Amino acid sequence: MSILRRIINSFHRSRVEQEIDRELRSHVEMRIADNLAAGMSTEEARRDALIRLGNRTVIRERATAADAELIFDTLLRETRHAARQLRRSPTFTTSALITLILGIGSNVIVFSVLNALILRPLDVPKPAGLYNVVHKSHGYDNQSYPDYLDFQRENATFSDMAAYRLQGAGLTAGDAAYKCWYYRVSGNYFDMLGVQPAHGRVFHPSDEHGPNSAPFIVLSYGFWASHFDADPRVVGTAVHVNKHPFTVIGIAPIGFHGTDVFIWPDFWMPIVDSPDDEGNGFLTNRGMHNIWILGKLKPDVSPQQATDNLNTVARELARRYPTTDDELNARLAKPGLMGDMFGGPARSFLAGVMVLAFLVLLAACANLASLFAARTADRSRELAIRLAIGSSRWHVLRQLLTEAVVISVLAGVLGTIFSSALLGALTRWQPFPEFPVHVAVSPDAKVYFVALLLSLGSGILWGLVPVRQVWATDSAQVIKTGAAGAMVFRRFSFRDLLLGVQIALCTLLVTSSFVALRGMQRSLHAPLGFQPQGVLLAQTDLHMGGHTDSSSTVLQKRMLQEAGAIPGVTAIGIINETPLGTGGSSTLVYRLGTTDFRTSNSVFGAKYFSISPAYLDAAGTHLLTGRDFTWHDDANAPKVVIVNETFAREMFGKTSALGLRFTMADKASYEIVGVAENGKYDSLTESPWAAMFFPLEQNPDSDTSLVVRSQLPAGELVPELTQVLARIDPSLPFTFHTWPDGLAFVLFPARAATGSLGVMGFLAAMLAVTGVFGMAMYSVSKRIKEFGIRVALGAQPLQLMHSALSRPLILLLSGSLAGLLLGAIASQLLGQIVYQATPRDPLVFAAVMITMTVLGFVAVCIPAQRALRIHPARLLREE
Amino acid sequence: MVLKTLSHLGDLHGYGIVLHIQKASDELLSVEEGSLYPALHRMEQSGWIRSEWKVTETNREAKYYRLTAAGQKELLKAEKSFEQLVKGVRAVLRYA
Repeated sequence: MSILRRIINSFHRSRVEQEIDRELRSHVEMRIADNLAAGMSTEEARRDALIRLGNRTVIRERATAADAELIFDTLLRETRHAARQLRRSPTFTTSALITLILGIGSNVIVFSVLNALILRPLDVPKPAGLYNVVHKSHGYDNQSYPDYLDFQRENATFSDMAAYRLQGAGLTAGDAAYKCWYYRVSGNYFDMLGVQPAHGRVFHPSDEHGPNSAPFIVLSYGFWASHFDADPRVVGTAVHVNKHPFTVIGIAPIGFHGTDVFIWPDFWMPIVDSPDDEGNGFLTNRGMHNIWILGKLKPDVSPQQATDNLNTVARELARRYPTTDDELNARLAKPGLMGDMFGGPARSFLAGVMVLAFLVLLAACANLASLFAARTADRSRELAIRLAIGSSRWHVLRQLLTEAVVISVLAGVLGTIFSSALLGALTRWQPFPEFPVHVAVSPDAKVYFVALLLSLGSGILWGLVPVRQVWATDSAQVIKTGAAGAMVFRRFSFRDLLLGVQIALCTLLVTSSFVALRGMQRSLHAPLGFQPQGVLLAQTDLHMGGHTDSSSTVLQKRMLQEAGAIPGVTAIGIINETPLGTGGSSTLVYRLGTTDFRTSNSVFGAKYFSISPAYLDAAGTHLLTGRDFTWHDDANAPKVVIVNETFAREMFGKTSALGLRFTMADKASYEIVGVAENGKYDSLTESPWAAMFFPLEQNPDSDTSLVVRSQLPAGELVPELTQVLARIDPSLPFTFHTWPDGLAFVLFPARAATGSLGVMGFLAAMLAVTGVFGMAMYSVSKRIKEFGIRVALGAQPLQLMHSALSRPLILLLSGSLAGLLLGAIASQLLGQIVYQATPRDPLVFAAVMITMTVLGFVAVCIPAQRALRIHPARLLREE
Repeated sequence: MVLKTLSHLGDLHGYGIVLHIQKASDELLSVEEGSLYPALHRMEQSGWIRSEWKVTETNREAKYYRLTAAGQKELLKAEKSFEQLVKGVRAVLRYA
């Protein structure tokens, strides 16, 4: 208590001084009063009082100095003593340091990522009260633009609401052309966020006067610096976006990266402008859900009130527009994670990894606690002597605690430095070259605070373990019997429990990482509904060449013809967006004869794609029944469609779907001409859902993914393809990558999970080894005399091994079993991130058991050797 | 001595303690009055006494000190060790 008060006092130095001054003044006044009563004159009374009191400043300083001296002196002395003690046992110190650096370092890294992606508010001038207004059902978060306008107009709880969407485009400035990602944002976007331009100006609501009324763009600072040499004269010049002229009116400030945490756009454009001829349909179509709404709450309005208010508006809209707004609703989400699309999975995944990292630290602490307890037992004679010559138990304890905290804080500092370096690398890393994804995770004050807290906490945690030992020390007994004391022979000590817990934690981590690894391996060989191996993708958007959707097909036909003629190409096709890519849309499907197209009347929502003839062949998607498309399925022919198995089963049950029809919101009738195998369309972990493929000519799309199957290596094929495609339209920017590489985006969560779990599992395994090793080594060294005698009396090596190592092995076994059980439970959670993660896999089970056995063997190997090498004669002589 | 004074007289301010000690020791121990305060401060920080601002009977504000349980124990210890010291000195003197 008193230490705490002193520390507090040292922060309130001036307050303490004032208080003393006040007290002295009151003393002098009372003395004067008494002197006056005794008959002195006023002057005399005052003088006498002051003389009697003495030098006021000196008194004040002595009083406050008492504080400072008491804490800082003791603290300094004890720290120095602790440092000396630790220098004397370098093995203990280094192993403790390394264990803790890894433990604390991994926690700092995970927490930084958590902090950067989830805890930190958006990096905008006025982040308070900002929320994304998203759809209630997770995963379908977008709202439509007309609904946005109504929400904005009719709500009573937001001071303002902005809309934005992410798009890709080709930007041409002079002769240079770049493939860019940009935001189309409502006019009030910058004003609402309080963003001031670095140069020029930003656009405002007053700039918007209907479609294509404001052909302006604002460049991001990074894009301006890297592509325009940070030349302020760019402001006011004309550039072309998808061949349409735009004026650069300003440069955004340096720290502003848009309103998503890890997508940094290259420029911003008013949402009413479209660089595509068809790209403005969503401005009037209430059924097209493809924008995100960012709202700023009025002060004193709670998120709950706002949600209720928005849902009232939504119900009113549903009444007004029953077809499109049938199931409209609103939910508030923390902004920055693509309208909460990544919010749910990122939150649960990071929280999970945070728990694991914390477990690693806990295991590290358990490890150190048992080491420290052993060390204290070794030092029991020293401690007993200190107690015997009058040191208080509290004092001895404080000394031990100081040692633990000194190590922990040192490890915390080193761990933070080391993880800052790693985080810096992570910040510079761009995981997907074709996307503007940045993982800005540099640590901030909060991270450093957590690191300090973790260091102090873990230091105190394992430093407090010897409390009981110190308290129970009977100095006379210890000095008489020597260091061994009674500690070793107790049946099951606290230390054993610690080790057991540690092994259980480690097995849990090892199990989780194996489950993740196995799931990862399976997901690479999972049935995707297409064969990515051996396929090269060439992707572009024909809008970037100034083409329209309807004129696209002619171009796409030429591409197929000319690229198909390249020697070595075995199959070639075009799809608008590859499955498991980053785009793709879904739409509602209705039974034939439906007249009321409200959501609740639909059969289901189905994913849809536009494909060329022979795409299915090139992609390796099996057609189960029916026929592929031909070029005769054009705009004049009856509308046809190929659906997947799930679609056919859910719509028509067991009857063959071939020749049957359905309809959609466009009221046209579609005839099913083929049924293809199921596939994965959005993520590896999704359950099968309906999909349909339309012929390109009946559903033209400027988005073009050329799917080229060939025996040639990508390195040879790319230059030839580039040449061929350049002949068709030299201004079109293409990106090339193999299809397996193209899956990086969907594999990323699984990869991240496997990577981080692998690291955690490895750390945990190391900790388990050192823990068991330390314990076995310690018990052998303590009982070496006993073993010597037993060997002399004729004990067999096996008997010796039994008594030396049975306890660590029992602990290892029971700990492993408990950990495996926990791991099985924890893996249920993993299943949401990693495809088919299940602990019931015998391979995983076997791998965990083998790993733990090997670890155990490694850990007890050296102590066992030591026990076997005991030479009784020499041992007894030494005694 | 301060503790003893407080245990005898209950709550008292610094000036009162000074007066009491001077009276009790028949003005023998008349130290600089101010030197009492660092001692009081130190005892307060150690948790032996507690303080509180109050108004005196002459309507002046002053800081009153009161003995805590820890202080009581400390006083007992100090008295005991003082007695032992006196005993020891007496024993030595007897032999001398």
